[in-house]
Amino acid sequence: MLPEGGFGSLLLCVIVALPTPVIAADETDIVLAEGPGREQVQAACSMCHSLDYIVMNSPFQDKAAWEKSVRKMVTVMGAPLTAGDVAAIVAYLDGHYGKQPAADAPH
Amino acid sequence: MDRRRFLLGSSSALGASLLLPNRLIAAANADLPAGAVVSAVMDALPGKRPLIKRSFRPPNYETPLAFYRQALTPNDAFYVRWHMGVPDVALAEWRLRVAGPAAITPREFTHPELLRKFKAHEVVAINQCSGNRRGLFTPHVPGVQWGYGAMGNAVWRGVRLKDVLEDAGLAAGALEVKADGADAPTLTGPDFVKSLPMWKALDADTLIAFEMNGEPLPRWNGFPARLVVPGWTATYWTKALTELSVLDRPFDGFWMKTAYRVPRGLFGASGFDSQDTEQNSPITAIRVNSLVIDPAPGATLPVNRRSEVLGIAWDGGSGISNVEVSLDGGASWREARLGRDLGRYSWRQWRFSLKPAQAGAFTLMARARARDGSTQADTLIPNPAGYHHNVVQEADFHAA
Repeated sequence: MLPEGGFGSLLLCVIVALPTPVIAADETDIVLAEGPGREQVQAACSMCHSLDYIVMNSPFQDKAAWEKSVRKMVTVMGAPLTAGDVAAIVAYLDGHYGKQPAADAPH
Repeated sequence: MDRRRFLLGSSSALGASLLLPNRLIAAANADLPAGAVVSAVMDALPGKRPLIKRSFRPPNYETPLAFYRQALTPNDAFYVRWHMGVPDVALAEWRLRVAGPAAITPREFTHPELLRKFKAHEVVAINQCSGNRRGLFTPHVPGVQWGYGAMGNAVWRGVRLKDVLEDAGLAAGALEVKADGADAPTLTGPDFVKSLPMWKALDADTLIAFEMNGEPLPRWNGFPARLVVPGWTATYWTKALTELSVLDRPFDGFWMKTAYRVPRGLFGASGFDSQDTEQNSPITAIRVNSLVIDPAPGATLPVNRRSEVLGIAWDGGSGISNVEVSLDGGASWREARLGRDLGRYSWRQWRFSLKPAQAGAFTLMARARARDGSTQADTLIPNPAGYHHNVVQEADFHAA
């Protein structure tokens, strides 16, 4: 799920060629699943943390668990999000990284 | 270009077998959330070896199992855990302030002043994140999805917290010591601030440490000074320490009152009465635990030849009394041989010889017992934040 898309084939070449595969990657290479709400998620969540937190915490959280996490970011951590933002972000996280079998969730 | 990485996780799209050259780093993967496996990469922070990256920002990096073969964990392989941005402190400008409503005379020290005024003290102690092994919880719970490597063992050197506090003078009502570091929240969230009960703050082994393993603390591990609170989980080991405040009432910051809590009584008394509520307690002492190190689980051992398994065991400071190993699913247990005792807060190496009689898979279970009589859990003790995973390990091997 993480460095994917066009990057994947390049990656394989490097790995075959070297005993210790080297990838120039950092948090900007984290690619979240495409879908409505992705831009809001990227903008909101990356204010304070890298987006690997989302991938790492999947796919075991149901919608209520994701909503709890997002609300904590607003009420405790001070994320400046509107109710609409929260709804869109939770829907995206549940749809792509949620517990139910979602097409884009890893494995 | 100094950042060397390779994928640690197994992602079918990228060819799992090619990406997993080293089983030593993969021991926990079978039990981690799938997303935690694919999002992990080996990555080197400046001054560090490649470690298992759990998150880039804040940096949360896990020590690979192979480094635990050494009794002391090398500084450049020591795990990294931050809640917020990592401060870059200039030693010449660094000050430690000691104040608070229950401190008689507020003080401020430079680094040379602390070294000159107070006697140096050393302790060997394990530093273990409260959430070490959270990723192995079933069912999974949110948080940094650590495998086995959010811990390390080191010689810590500095001055006693007790000496510094007593220099400022403690008022009769002194109840807790609050510790703050140079890190700060990004937005309006709560600063990462912790507190200790007076008895733990005044313990002769609780330090303001400047060195680990004979070197200055790496920036990633709290340069220039951090609290060392032997026996207690690392949440209390405040990094880049700048301020101590002696309080006459319980500190009610988020990271004490709300976070780092366990259900009351589930793991025994907290030892931190002023922070207990009816429902829950702060996480405090490390639970007795052990880990198979070498050969790493998954390895193949020779049939009819003697192999030696190396492991480590530790607890919250009573010391390890014995480690037992079972090769028959827990029906019978034999004693492992304990290695050198580096002190009651250090982990203790153990070794166990075995000679597989036939080819095939087998499981080695290891169970440590502490001098206080406590032993590892047979089954997971669920708790909301995923703390204190000390279930008896079942390490799978092959014989061939």
